[in-house]
Amino acid sequence: MSVFRSYRLRWERKRWRIRALRKRHDLKPISNKTATIAPRDILVLTTLRNERVRLPYFLRYYRELGVNHFLIVDNGSDDGSREYLAEQEDVSLWITRGSYKRARFGVDWLNWLARRHAHGHWALTVDPDEFLIYPFVDTRSLRALTDWLDASSIRSFGAMLVDMYPKGPIDDQTYVEGQDPFEIANWFDSGNYMISKNEKYGNLWIQGGPRARTFFADKPERAPALNKIPLVKWHRAYTYVSSTHSLLPRGLNLVYDEWGGEKASGVLLHAKFIDTFPEKAREEIERRQHYAASHEYKAYAAKLSDNPELWCKWSEKYINWRQLEILGLMSKGNWA
Amino acid sequence: MTVGFVMLVHTALDRAEQVARHWSKADCPVVIHVDRKVKKRDHAAFVEALADLSNVRFSRRRSCDWGTWSLVQASQDASEVLLAEFPEVRHVYLSSGSCLPLRPVQELKDYLAERPLTNFIESVTTEDVPWTVGGLDRERFTMRFPFSWRRRRRLFDWYVRFQRRWGLRRRVPEAITPHLGSQWWCLTRQTLTAILEDADRKKYDAYFSKVWIPDESYYQTLVRLYSTNIESRSLTLSKFDFQGKPHIFYDDHMQLLRRSDCFVARKIWPNADKLYSGFLSNDASVFSGAEPNPGKIDRIFSKAVERRTKGRPGLYMQSRFPNASWENGLTSAHYAVFEGFSELFQDFEDWLARLTGTRVHGHLFGPERAEFAGGQSVFAGALPDSAALRDYDPRAFLTNLIWNTRGERQCFQYGPRDTVAISRHLARDANATISVISGAWAVPLFYSNANFSVIRREAALLQKIESAHLDVLRSHQTKARVRIWTLADFVENPMEPLQTVIDELGVRTSHRLTEAPRMVSLDGFGQFLQNLKNQGMQPHLMGDFPAVIGGPAARTKPRKPYLVK
Repeated sequence: MSVFRSYRLRWERKRWRIRALRKRHDLKPISNKTATIAPRDILVLTTLRNERVRLPYFLRYYRELGVNHFLIVDNGSDDGSREYLAEQEDVSLWITRGSYKRARFGVDWLNWLARRHAHGHWALTVDPDEFLIYPFVDTRSLRALTDWLDASSIRSFGAMLVDMYPKGPIDDQTYVEGQDPFEIANWFDSGNYMISKNEKYGNLWIQGGPRARTFFADKPERAPALNKIPLVKWHRAYTYVSSTHSLLPRGLNLVYDEWGGEKASGVLLHAKFIDTFPEKAREEIERRQHYAASHEYKAYAAKLSDNPELWCKWSEKYINWRQLEILGLMSKGNWA
Repeated sequence: MTVGFVMLVHTALDRAEQVARHWSKADCPVVIHVDRKVKKRDHAAFVEALADLSNVRFSRRRSCDWGTWSLVQASQDASEVLLAEFPEVRHVYLSSGSCLPLRPVQELKDYLAERPLTNFIESVTTEDVPWTVGGLDRERFTMRFPFSWRRRRRLFDWYVRFQRRWGLRRRVPEAITPHLGSQWWCLTRQTLTAILEDADRKKYDAYFSKVWIPDESYYQTLVRLYSTNIESRSLTLSKFDFQGKPHIFYDDHMQLLRRSDCFVARKIWPNADKLYSGFLSNDASVFSGAEPNPGKIDRIFSKAVERRTKGRPGLYMQSRFPNASWENGLTSAHYAVFEGFSELFQDFEDWLARLTGTRVHGHLFGPERAEFAGGQSVFAGALPDSAALRDYDPRAFLTNLIWNTRGERQCFQYGPRDTVAISRHLARDANATISVISGAWAVPLFYSNANFSVIRREAALLQKIESAHLDVLRSHQTKARVRIWTLADFVENPMEPLQTVIDELGVRTSHRLTEAPRMVSLDGFGQFLQNLKNQGMQPHLMGDFPAVIGGPAARTKPRKPYLVK
């Protein structure tokens, strides 16, 4: 990479950092328990809106993996999410009425919180409907993974988004609070992903899955990005660029091997498509706070009204991480 | 007589304490070296915790860095303490704080008692080690390494290059032949004292203190001077990955470790509670006398290294996206591409599927949709048949399809009407077998009901595309197996090429073809080509078709299905 380009990226990174610094005024602390964070704690950073019904399972899932503290931004929930989160011992909560869109879909807020509280920690940035699966997740805690990454001098860990969906219409089964969403949405697309490289930031751009297949079959270039780098040994100088798809400095985006080998990677199981989805889609279209004028949600709404089924004959039923590794969606790399 | 342990400790002191206690309780003296970098308070607590054990000592603390002389010094100090204070010790076992005994200590004692004069230390000459970090083997001993490899990598590399460039070398002391090996050894009192009390020790120490990673070469080299009774292997099970870092053991390795019959393993993840509680519990077992057998663990770890360095061929995913020509196989399995066959034969796809039992698709890259076998709209791996999605990234479509159907041979049709962009990839792929009847695209045109001017234009376009495609297939960069027949040649004697094609598919069938697919009638096709010529277009890919109306090649009867006995 030329000196000029690397210099320009440096300035871009600084710009995002300044922006995050500015956007910190959006955030109002409701319950700040960050003083209890111990030096080696693993943190989860999340921004959410009206996810009350999902929260109990979300918190439980990550607590069981070994997450020590949650840093959460509530963007104007009115369904009790805020009260629920404020009660939790290991959750620090900020609220904001600021525009989600103008905080670049929450990235600025989380960049700020990470810079302020996650320096030197392993930080996992996920949405409340994303559940991290990594190699040996059933027998080894998240700490085992981060220790191994530390020992291998790896600073970031990639985990692509895999959309999960139920068999039958999306709203057929009702999700009950505290329930594992993958009891309902336990199907996924195993082999229809397209990858290209983003030359500017060096990250991979992955599209495909059920959303490309059903909603964007005519305009594939608009299909949502599925590449994610959610787990990072955070340094205050780092910044997410767009969602958790890419970071700066650019070396953090090299979570893939270019010489034929496989690096270790995980998967974020995406529990978006359960019965809460149609309602969510309606709401988001009204709010117009999502990426590219919420075109994604418009496409969903149009399609879902006539046939709300993502399942097909070749869908794969989720069993465990080993299945995902055999199918080639994730890899153990050299972790054994 | 017993075995004494030297433990080098720098983290996870609680685990080190557990292990030290385990050994000490089994009447094995332990001397512990604690890294100077460990905080005073932690160190004090650690010493305090072991205070109740009479056969545990601590040696002088040094600040240790990976791959430096300080590690050897630490082990020298501790060994001296052990040998001086515990005269009953016959074997000294060097271990670390993240080591875990896998077999009861008594078994180790018995094993060593049966081999009272044997030194267990991996010691091989530099020519024979494949695992050196940074590509340095012999040069470890002949260069100087004043800069830290961990923290000053660039300077380190620069200085190595500098010394190579100018041929700067150190002299290796005359008496010794450099040997390398795992830094975890078990030596007899006799040999170890010989090393430590040698009159020339100062000289050797001065030399080795500037060798790179001396803890892998100091004892390994010197042991050769004093003993001939050397078992060149380590009693400690320790596996290294491709970057030279030790593999770590977790709770889920429990069964593997049990079955390995090794005495000690490293490195154990400090939070592997099950391993520690399982292996440190004193369930007495009978001395089996089994030799250590780490074969299965070896396989698992070498597979992991292979996955990390070579990966799974034909897989493109979030953590494997090889640069061009580093793919190690563009696709994951063999497949066959047929061009012009389904144009010439009415039921080619069914016939091929029936005969070979492979999965036969239509024009996968057809302009309207991907024609999956059986007219399915979605195929394996939930690949949709949308032409737009497919053409957005045709290579991904192909590699996905082949990956998703591992274990089942795929065949598909291709032609000049289909997505052009994939042609280059097909040609480059060594897994592809491409059979072409050139010019067969004209047959559907011959049968089409369009105006002749339209047909002429279409024919010119298709011919241009196929001609370029054939150039690609014939180029020297092509890796696919390619066979090309002109339409005229093929029609002349179709059975022979069909037999070839079937044979090349490599699926077991009856030896000779008994049933051929039904060829469409080509009556008047020569005239059709002549008409094209008359309109100023030169159809040249079909070969020489007799053109004259009523000429010798014109048929009067419709062709019968080909039958061969």
